[in-house]
Amino acid sequence: MRVSEGSNSTVDPRINIIDKRLEKVKRLIAVSSGKGGVGKSLVASVLALTLADKGFGVGLFDADFTSPSTHKILGVKKVEIIEDKGILPIHVHGLKYMSIVAFSGEKTLPLRGVDVSNVLIELFSTTLWGDLDYLIIDMPPGISDITLDIIRLVKRCEFLVISTPSILAFETVEKLLKLLRELKVPVIGVVENMKMEQRFTIRDKVVGMNVPFLGELPFDPKVEYSLGDVKALYETIFAKKVASLVPKIISPHA
Amino acid sequence: MHEWALAEAIISSILEIAEKENLKEVKEVKLKVGELQQVNVDVLELALSELKTGKLKKAKFLIETVKAELICRVCGHKWDFSQNKLDRESTEAIHFVPETIHAYIKCPECGSPDFELFGGRGVVIESIRGVK
Repeated sequence: MRVSEGSNSTVDPRINIIDKRLEKVKRLIAVSSGKGGVGKSLVASVLALTLADKGFGVGLFDADFTSPSTHKILGVKKVEIIEDKGILPIHVHGLKYMSIVAFSGEKTLPLRGVDVSNVLIELFSTTLWGDLDYLIIDMPPGISDITLDIIRLVKRCEFLVISTPSILAFETVEKLLKLLRELKVPVIGVVENMKMEQRFTIRDKVVGMNVPFLGELPFDPKVEYSLGDVKALYETIFAKKVASLVPKIISPHA
Repeated sequence: MHEWALAEAIISSILEIAEKENLKEVKEVKLKVGELQQVNVDVLELALSELKTGKLKKAKFLIETVKAELICRVCGHKWDFSQNKLDRESTEAIHFVPETIHAYIKCPECGSPDFELFGGRGVVIESIRGVK
């Protein structure tokens, strides 16, 4: 009998252990979008911080391996690798945190699809999250490897989808929502970020698809100047609005 | 992958396979471990012996390390991972997440980080011998 890992594998021993690694995580929320630059990492980071502030046990996993950014938002300078029969996430601002920057630092890490999948499997199979109420996953944009792997490997993951008011962003969000629906993946709802004027185009389109529209987040220029400073970030209108959406996001019937 | 986490995943997979194959007892398991994982074989053996339970209790583990060959997708140059001289930090990063090799190593001929790995990655359960 031959059992191997990799693209031609029959059984990958790492995949076997992922469920066990996540068994004490009550809910997994992938913050996702069809497009880049819509604010996924900011929403994921502020959502994680807000939940931790409310007393929940929260993890934040940056699943964007080629363009990670949550460490910049959180002001994490260096992620030390700590081993204890696996890899321990670091503790930062009340969160358990894991990012590829723990291994690649500030270096450029160009990866092809199969490599991206391998990194995800490797980190999911080795990171010891322990007890968590929420694991927030900051997803890379689009509907390629990581999205498909999260759907394949983490069956109970729910998706929180971010759009902007642009129909260009929603064009891709709509495709993501259709994919999630076809694959019967739970969708918490859609948040419209970077709102600058009162138009209801995105809300109407989301509602038209029978997907919960959770609310709007304003375009807040102060966010840019608070990156890396969690206290300042908390004071932004953006963060306060994210906090106001939290009850809807974590409600099981959102 | 860390040796203990790796051992846990291996044991879990073998137990599942033993169940599927209706093995009453597993006698011997041959493992191939990629060079890129830079696994400490002694630590892996210790972890496997401590974690093995039930049908695996008497199993022997034979571990072989497999060389990693790198082939540049741009110029086609082939070279061995062992030819690269890496500092401690890079070595440790590649040990935990082998794909970070693309951040630390470039093709010695053309300088591209776009190379393919042949062998030397991950773990292969080569064979399982047991009693039905």
